[in-house]
Amino acid sequence: MAEVIDRIQSSITRNKITIFMKGTRHFPQCGFSAATVAVFEELGVPFETVDVLADPELRDAIKVYSSWPTIPQVYVNGQFLGGCDIIRELHETGELRGLIDSALAQPVAQ
Amino acid sequence: MDPLELKSIIERGLPGAIIEVHDMTGGGDHFEALIVSESFEGKGLIERHQQVYNAVGDAMRARVHALTLKTLTPAQYANRR
Repeated sequence: MAEVIDRIQSSITRNKITIFMKGTRHFPQCGFSAATVAVFEELGVPFETVDVLADPELRDAIKVYSSWPTIPQVYVNGQFLGGCDIIRELHETGELRGLIDSALAQPVAQ
Repeated sequence: MDPLELKSIIERGLPGAIIEVHDMTGGGDHFEALIVSESFEGKGLIERHQQVYNAVGDAMRARVHALTLKTLTPAQYANRR
């Protein structure tokens, strides 16, 4: 378990925006993961994705890590920002743009 | 699962909430819920969704594949109409 937590922390701190999802950015395997990626594509910001289907241990651990039972999960500067509904809601209200812009302006976490 | 069953499970965890649950696909495992609760007052979206997930409990892992949530306080709900 400790090793997989290290991997999660390394992903979310190495990248400004990390999306844990089902499938890959170009081949999402779930509508909710696809919708989440589409929001970030639309914002035109750089992001990394991690395919939890390729790693069952990670798929379980990420749910425990943020006390969040569903995939996708979006992390910005090391902080859990939300799942698909929250990302869509923040995008609709326009808040997401501001959050992401200020996150990208900050130095890398740690 | 029947949407009414999911509604009553959520009600148990969030007493007094206004809850609407729709089965999005007819398959009994993809749901959409609108939940209006005083307990969301002063809380961010992450905490609100976690409250709902906690209310759904083990069914969230075992029987519900997807649950799309809209979580509002009574004041937000009133403004929305």
